[in-house]
Amino acid sequence: MTDSTMTQTRPHTGVLAYLVVAGVVILLMMLLGLLMRLDQATALDLGLAGFYRVMTAHGAGMVGIMALGGAAVMWHFLSRHVQLSGAILFINLLLFLLGAVMVLGSVFIGGYAGAWTFLYPLPAQAAGAWSPHAAAVFTGGLLAIGTGFLLLHLDTARAIIQRYGSLPRALGWPQLFGGDSSEPPPAAVVASTMVLIVNILGITAGAAILVMTLVNLYVPTFDIDPLLAKNLIYFFGHVFINATIYMAVIGVYEILPVYTKRPWKVNRVFLAAWTASTIMVIIVYPHHLLMDFAMPTWMLAMGQIISYTSGLPVLVVTAYGALLLVHRSGMQWNTAASLLFLSVFGWAAGVGPAIIDAVIPVNTVMHNTLWVPGHFHFYLLLGVAAMVLGFMYHLRSANRQEGLLDRVAFWAYMIGALGFVMSFLYSGNLSVPRRYADHAPQWVAYDQIASAFAILVVAAMAVFLLRFLTGLRARAAR
Amino acid sequence: MEQTLAWYLSLLFIGLVAAVFLWVRLHSRETAEFAPIRDRAYRLRPHLFWALVVVGIPVMVVTLMMTPYESAQGLPDDTLHVDVQGQQFAWTLSETGARAGQTVVFNVTSADVNHGFGIYDADMRLVAQTQAMPGYSNRLVHVFEKPGSYRILCLEYCGMAHHVMEARFEITEAR
Repeated sequence: MTDSTMTQTRPHTGVLAYLVVAGVVILLMMLLGLLMRLDQATALDLGLAGFYRVMTAHGAGMVGIMALGGAAVMWHFLSRHVQLSGAILFINLLLFLLGAVMVLGSVFIGGYAGAWTFLYPLPAQAAGAWSPHAAAVFTGGLLAIGTGFLLLHLDTARAIIQRYGSLPRALGWPQLFGGDSSEPPPAAVVASTMVLIVNILGITAGAAILVMTLVNLYVPTFDIDPLLAKNLIYFFGHVFINATIYMAVIGVYEILPVYTKRPWKVNRVFLAAWTASTIMVIIVYPHHLLMDFAMPTWMLAMGQIISYTSGLPVLVVTAYGALLLVHRSGMQWNTAASLLFLSVFGWAAGVGPAIIDAVIPVNTVMHNTLWVPGHFHFYLLLGVAAMVLGFMYHLRSANRQEGLLDRVAFWAYMIGALGFVMSFLYSGNLSVPRRYADHAPQWVAYDQIASAFAILVVAAMAVFLLRFLTGLRARAAR
Repeated sequence: MEQTLAWYLSLLFIGLVAAVFLWVRLHSRETAEFAPIRDRAYRLRPHLFWALVVVGIPVMVVTLMMTPYESAQGLPDDTLHVDVQGQQFAWTLSETGARAGQTVVFNVTSADVNHGFGIYDADMRLVAQTQAMPGYSNRLVHVFEKPGSYRILCLEYCGMAHHVMEARFEITEAR
């Protein structure tokens, strides 16, 4: 077992700040999500404008905050191996907060409701619902958040290259391809390298379309090809949201071994999986465009095939490795270990509905139904969020006792999240469209069931956050 | 049919993964030496990988032959061509209906923002769709098997009245 898995490094203040912000914002965004489901369930009335504004804030907020939570996990464990900049860590947080204020201001003051995907030319053609200025503030907010993460990944690139010489070396290519028998880089370094490669590309593409959108808002004669815009947006969006899970999973590689007292070995299969994932995350995004028949057919076929192959490293390396580590390990379970184990299940099980949706004949009758939020909530709620929460509990549990409340919260979260995502998937099976403020009467019962499960999730999240914050206060008091 | 298959396949997959995780969780408090477990698991892993590849290849080949990206070749003589335009917040169709069994080609575009041209049957099941995009024409070929009143809904978020953007397409009995 490596030293890094045995010792509990005191977390950097910046990492704790990220986690506090992540905990608070995740809870707030969950509340917004709950409001949407309650509105669809006819339990309350947000009004049409209110629903679509909440939807826009919920989408943008969740994508951003999952990235922040994942970055906290990555930074904490990567900083054990390379010299990262604490200043950049804080600058990213400040830019995130600035961006979040801009996004919330544009939505709840400016009335912007163009969805987090800001599909061109919707931001500029609001049918009178919001002004170009509101759309510009939203776009600027996303740019600020993207710029912060770009700086963070450039810093991880600098630090990794300084320590390992090059990105291929940090991905373990000499050990994978060159017959080098020396110890490969640790999992945190391999994963962080993959993430910086894909996210620098993704954020750059995102920045390009955001700037083009900004220009178009004030110079309407500056036309953008809508298909090019869609490609840039979905490339950016897909890569950025996927990177959250590839950052957060570092917590699984680093923390599960602490509880199982077994090492997570970085071997050639692990290195091959991460190199393959680097390429696949970049080229799989056309699966978001399967209903854009104007796209080159080969790209759409590639989207389907790579969606399937992308699931293989998740199942054969990460899920298989976690199961192997836990099996008959004499493990002592606590909330951190339970959340991390749940997160691997969430990622692995979520592969199924995701792959199925990317099969073109299925996508024809599933695209933009509630099946889609079903599959990505599987990844986010039961995967990324559980990883970040597991990390938070791991930091907290080092010197705090756990009790019945923690166990109840864990079960409530697991049952609530599973019920919630399955309600989405079942509604997708019934062809219920996504992003609809009003649902047909025959769909409302499923919205009500989903709302009940969502309440469980929100309550559990409130407990998790409270326990983390009280843990921090106790730490500060010592 | 595709929806039902997707639902049950997903349930099967999720259930299978859950069963494996549950089994491992239930045996996690037992203690055994790691090396033999790891070596056995490493020996089994290539089999799992190749099993997934062997399952995946025929599924990919078969499903990629069932895509909706039809060519202009080989359409029947009585094919009905329908021009469709989406615009916040209504659909304009050049034809109001067709016969059951008749091949219909929808040439779908948009006059403003992105929309989603989704065709729902009388039971509110989605039967086909394509995106409606400004500057592009997406060609959707569909054969309506059952007569009835089909609803056209918008499946791409297009603004505040997105969910009320609706039209009808009537399918009469086959001749």
